[in-house]
Amino acid sequence: MPIGDLLPEIALLLGAVAIVLLAAFLPHGRQHWCAWLALAVLTIAFGLTWGQWSSVPRTTFSGVWALDGPALAAKGLILIGGAIGVLLSPAWMRTDRRHGEYYALVLFALLGAIMMASANDAMELIVGVLLSSVASYPLVAYHRGWSPGLEAAMKYFLIGALTNTLLATGVVILFGLAGDTDYARLAERFATQDSGTLALGIATAGIVIGLSFKLAAFPGHAWMPDVAQGAPAPAAALLSVVPKVGAAVALARFVSILPDSMAWSSIVALLAVITMTLGNLAALRQTDVRRLLGWSSVSQSGYALMAVVVIDAADGAMTALLGFLLAYLLATLAAFAVVTHLRGRTDLADYHGLARTRPIIAAVLILALLSLVGIPPLVGFFGKFLLFEATMAAGYTWLAVVAVANTVLSLFYYLRVIAVTMFQPGRGDFPTLGRSSEVALLASAVLLLAASLGIQGGLALSPMLELVTP
Amino acid sequence: MILTFALFIPWLGALALAVLNGWTQGQARRVAAASAGLSLLALVFAWLGFNPDGPLFQHIDEVSWVPSLGVAYRVGADGIALAVATMSAVLFVAAIFYPVETRGQPRQYYAWLLFLQGAALGVFLTLDLLLFYVFFDLTLVGMFFLIGRWGHGEAQTAALKFFLYTFAGSLLLLLGIIGLYLSLETPTFDMRVLIAEQPLAGTGTYAGLVFLALMLGLAIKTPLVPLHTWLPQAHVDAPGPASAILAGVLLKLGTFGMIRLPLAMMAETFATYALPVAILALVAILYGALVALGQANLKRRIAYTSINHMGYTVLGIAVAASLLTDNPAARQLALTGATVEMVAHGLITGALFLISGSFWQRTGDYALDHYGGLAYQAPLLTGFTVLAAFASLGMPGLAGFVAEFQVFTGTFAIYPWLAVLGVLGILVTAALFLDMLRRLFFGRLPTNLGHFPELSRREWSVLGVLSLGIVVIGVYPRFLLTLIDASSAILVGGR
Repeated sequence: MPIGDLLPEIALLLGAVAIVLLAAFLPHGRQHWCAWLALAVLTIAFGLTWGQWSSVPRTTFSGVWALDGPALAAKGLILIGGAIGVLLSPAWMRTDRRHGEYYALVLFALLGAIMMASANDAMELIVGVLLSSVASYPLVAYHRGWSPGLEAAMKYFLIGALTNTLLATGVVILFGLAGDTDYARLAERFATQDSGTLALGIATAGIVIGLSFKLAAFPGHAWMPDVAQGAPAPAAALLSVVPKVGAAVALARFVSILPDSMAWSSIVALLAVITMTLGNLAALRQTDVRRLLGWSSVSQSGYALMAVVVIDAADGAMTALLGFLLAYLLATLAAFAVVTHLRGRTDLADYHGLARTRPIIAAVLILALLSLVGIPPLVGFFGKFLLFEATMAAGYTWLAVVAVANTVLSLFYYLRVIAVTMFQPGRGDFPTLGRSSEVALLASAVLLLAASLGIQGGLALSPMLELVTP
Repeated sequence: MILTFALFIPWLGALALAVLNGWTQGQARRVAAASAGLSLLALVFAWLGFNPDGPLFQHIDEVSWVPSLGVAYRVGADGIALAVATMSAVLFVAAIFYPVETRGQPRQYYAWLLFLQGAALGVFLTLDLLLFYVFFDLTLVGMFFLIGRWGHGEAQTAALKFFLYTFAGSLLLLLGIIGLYLSLETPTFDMRVLIAEQPLAGTGTYAGLVFLALMLGLAIKTPLVPLHTWLPQAHVDAPGPASAILAGVLLKLGTFGMIRLPLAMMAETFATYALPVAILALVAILYGALVALGQANLKRRIAYTSINHMGYTVLGIAVAASLLTDNPAARQLALTGATVEMVAHGLITGALFLISGSFWQRTGDYALDHYGGLAYQAPLLTGFTVLAAFASLGMPGLAGFVAEFQVFTGTFAIYPWLAVLGVLGILVTAALFLDMLRRLFFGRLPTNLGHFPELSRREWSVLGVLSLGIVVIGVYPRFLLTLIDASSAILVGGR
């Protein structure tokens, strides 16, 4: 068995187990040691992923596990996102008596997302989605006595249970049709024989809906605003970025094995349009910053789906997808880091005059929001630029036009937040959380800026992009 | 190197102002003025070093940036860019010197002005299409914060409307830019390659769509009727110096873009659609003048004359683009006129908006009916306003005349009827400015204006410099025309 190919994942798994054991014995005052252990594990896993970097695209474990550019890049993104999420947590969780296990759950959720991104087999995909889901539900409900959190977790769980079932059903039908779940062999089968279009359609629908849940895209998006608002803020940060990276890559892998007769690209294009428009319209009038970020996260999934639409038709589609996800991940984490550092302050009216009293925090928030809009030279612009270029190169100009209209729409609500922090007179003090959340805030801002202004101009992780460009 | 210097000095100044604490209003202003002035100085040196018989673009700097996409840091200037950029730098120095209420945040105010200067100069001086877009968008961000934070009245609504409306234009421009980019064999954002290859020549509908996206985006910025509706409110609620920059510099981004992108890079397509564009420009000329005549608010009136004047510029550009008759001399004349109009309008309207800022600082009121008889009370203010107003209505001997004369002479050779109708615009402009002067300075002095203060020394020295520029261009336009003709001749294919 080529165990060496799974070293990053094994590190995460062992780390999670160690944290569970450690948390059982540590007194309350030292539970935060688990956070530092989790960070160490993430660093090791990142280093091990780096070690796999140069290897040529290949699959391992009889083809079920992909070790190619997209998988490695997604893994890197997931680990970076996880590290910032973990760094945000100890200050927030300080009062919780048993917060050690929280970090084990985080590691499991990351592991699930990594499995989604690397799965080259539909069965493997189910395992990844389920692992990520099961570890995420308790993260949302971690404040056991706080009813909004429990409500969000309940919604998350119900939607998750339904969509995961559909996913499993879809995979079963797929297996029944083709007698296999391996993507490579499935693609061969679909290319040579015309197997029952209706059944294949149902299977595809189930799998796409299942992944839309993890992606927070229509139709599985309804949990996102509630989780953003009700979950502990660091967990909300994590859950709005990490599963999305895994699911987007998984969806891109899955649709590219489908035969052209499925017209899947039109369907995904439709989903993209609905998702971005719905998310933006719902965000327009939000007066709650966390909910607003939640809906913005939904609309950003719509943009990401644009790359999936053209994944076969345009050379740069995978690059565009990962570049966009990188930009989205950094900006969203920075925005949630601000919310967390301000002790989860969520009402828009409470942000009045932030720029006067806390200019640095306000600057990070403004940079993050402008990057989400796609104002150059922030990395968000390069993400959107790559998306527009790929869709237009593949002849989907209308989709780019819809995305442009949506971008203007989204500017409205992002600017509302910016205007409140900059132009309104201040209303009292802005208490902050602690040193570790401040470090996380600054780290996310530095990463955002580095990615924006890096040596390769907006594409600081260009080795990653070179890797995924075919 | 000299253009890079001109570009980044304002940004360094902005960074210093943003980061370092504890500056007084005066210190912050001096730092800002020093960096804006150094940038102006660099542009003047670039102008002196510009060879009119040389290649189209000179003073080129190039640094590799994202080779995989064909993006690089490329700056360079032709005569048109250099003329407009130098005018912009003058206007920025003037706006920084002009007294304004900074509401306890002088550092931030001057930092945003400098940030805006860097971004605006970037648009004029870059030779990379993607960087062009980057700078184009950054000007929006700078102006949004200036209006929202230091504006008056419905400042936040005005700022929001300004940003949303013009950002929609920017994104259309982006689609057009991507369309141009994808049409190249080996995609690159190098403007020189795009100008040399004319990639969309003879590609019918696709070229038409790209042209439409580019023109819509730029027309919103210019603004061309009927896409002008963001402009009046943004102007009225912006602080005086920001209005001067908005009218004097930011509107030029639209017309400059029309010269640099559609005219230079897709000449054949622009020629097909030159007549509709020229007709739209005529509508803007007449509509802007007539609506301005109906305004009872000083700043709104000046704002609408901007629509009228930018109409002259667009008319000149459209004439330069038309290939209807084989008359390169007339087309070159129109293009040169359009560029001179940009420079002249920047100085003239900049001065007028600074003056309206002085009115606001003294009374907090823009209603023309609340003024009168100020000629005795404030002779200097009267003098400068009269000069700027006369320049704006096209009085011979002042800058506006040089521009409008060339635009209309060029137009007359290509589209005689448009020229005949367009001259009506000048007539209305004359009426509206004379009416404005009458209502402000003549007649009975309202009692509450008995203590209306005369211009301070700082105010009249700034206005004096701008007026000097207006007169010098009017009397001795040679120095400007040599520079511009060098590029317009190449662009219309005359050299």
